[in-house]
Amino acid sequence: MRLWLGLALLGGLGLAAMAAPWVQALLGTDPATPDLFHRFAGPTLAHPLGTDELGRDILLRLLFGARVSLAVGLAVALGATLVGTLIGLTAARAGGWRDALLMRLADTLLALPALPLLVVLAAVDTGRFGLPRGEALADILRITTILVAFGWVGVARLARAAALAELSRDYVAAARIAGATEARVMLRHVLPNIIGPLAVATALAVAGAILAESTLSFLGLGIQPPAPSWGNMLSSAQEMVFAAPLAALWPGLAILLAVAGCTLLADGLRRR
Amino acid sequence: MLLLICGRLGQILLTLALLSALCWGAMGLMPGDPIDLALTSDPLLSAADQVRLRALHGLDRPLSERYLAWAGALLAGDAGFSRLYAVRAAAVLWPALGSTLVLLGWALALSAGLGVLLGVWGARQAAAGRAVDALAILAQSMPGFWVGILLIILFAVGLGWLPAGGTPDAPGLLDSARFLVLPVATLALGNIAGYARHALAAMQGELAAPYIRTARMKGLAEGRIAWGHAFPNAALPPLTLAALDAGSLVSGALVTETLFARPGMGKLIYDSIMGNDYNLALLALLLAGLVTMLATLAADVAQRLLDPRLAG
Repeated sequence: MRLWLGLALLGGLGLAAMAAPWVQALLGTDPATPDLFHRFAGPTLAHPLGTDELGRDILLRLLFGARVSLAVGLAVALGATLVGTLIGLTAARAGGWRDALLMRLADTLLALPALPLLVVLAAVDTGRFGLPRGEALADILRITTILVAFGWVGVARLARAAALAELSRDYVAAARIAGATEARVMLRHVLPNIIGPLAVATALAVAGAILAESTLSFLGLGIQPPAPSWGNMLSSAQEMVFAAPLAALWPGLAILLAVAGCTLLADGLRRR
Repeated sequence: MLLLICGRLGQILLTLALLSALCWGAMGLMPGDPIDLALTSDPLLSAADQVRLRALHGLDRPLSERYLAWAGALLAGDAGFSRLYAVRAAAVLWPALGSTLVLLGWALALSAGLGVLLGVWGARQAAAGRAVDALAILAQSMPGFWVGILLIILFAVGLGWLPAGGTPDAPGLLDSARFLVLPVATLALGNIAGYARHALAAMQGELAAPYIRTARMKGLAEGRIAWGHAFPNAALPPLTLAALDAGSLVSGALVTETLFARPGMGKLIYDSIMGNDYNLALLALLLAGLVTMLATLAADVAQRLLDPRLAG
């Protein structure tokens, strides 16, 4: 039940994001061109959700913003799952001081206030590494890297716990006796058996990443305007609460649906 | 226990040292050094002057050397000056910490109190339990700043009952409370959900245990069973959450204070990083990290004191 509800929510949002160009053709406007004669317009047929402080169509910006926000969420979750699984498996396999060191590192990252550190990292001038500045793609890459650097912890702890349980099973001993290398034992035998908990952790990581991206963009450190993301739409909407309170409703609702979808998906997967 | 505390304190110090080095490095990579900033306020500064000024203030030295000099001065008790406020960095820090602790204290008390109440209520009635669970998932999925914006729209813009942000002009108790209501509510709403879900799951587990049936058989009142028997055993998961949650509370404070323009640690960190006020930013970050880790340690110790199974 939860599983299907979550999948339906995420599927709906994914389809909406993919349909953005068609909606654009249908409405005959685009999400980037300002129209200063029609600022803060209420919902009309031409602008189903009204217009923002520069007269841009809010529905279109929401749909194109969905592409950015969902892409960041998925990219971070995949990156965090990859890094976290590798670290978790390494810790479980190596044991001893290496295990202790990696897990203390994870504990420390969990105990620190993440957002102030994200703010510090997000303010770093990526131009010094030769990356282009101010382009949407560069922003996405920067945010994804930073969020993966913090996001792997949850996955790593889950992967380690699950792998430790699997490593004590007989089939692992059998594989070793059959002469499988340690890498093969971990990747070929243990990994497929911990896919369940990993899937739950990934779904939760998507939820966390969407929330974190929106927060950073809201603070002006994530995706830079004019490229739309749900977070930076809320940031400009906040300054307009007196003029257009409704503009603050839609992006938040979109975030709520996406994150709730991931949470339900994770809950559903866990109960299987 | 003493050994545990000493070990953890050592770990905290090590973390702070690493954290300061990391942040120092990150700030060295941010656009604009102090002389660039001086140039924006005095465009007549010649290139030769810039070189001379950089040498005078040691900005031409490598990053690592500057870090060691800064760390040495900090250990000697000199945290330097704040660029934005033009006073000693420490002088800005303490009032901000006080303001944040008030905000966090109320938010924590409110969210833990209400969350546990909701969880216990939900565990005693199946229908209420499902409602609490659904509402909690919904509340956890809302970004904190969005909740804040909605509260501002409702209570400040629409109804006009409460201020939309800032601080009172005169330090009266009633006025301060009025300015505190919306930020505390914003911060607490997201956290209530976590406490409610943990308390709900723990209470449901305890209420299904055999000793509860025994208590019912003895003819105890349901309220007595829930609060007197099940709750003490179910209280640990919410406490664990409180231990793990100190960091996210401080993160939440950054967003909430920025949104409501409250002069606390979170806004201070944000403003000082945005304003290239590196001395203040570093000091505030370290203090925020220290407070968070100490809170986590305190919750851990409390947990061990309350649960004999963990003490050994």
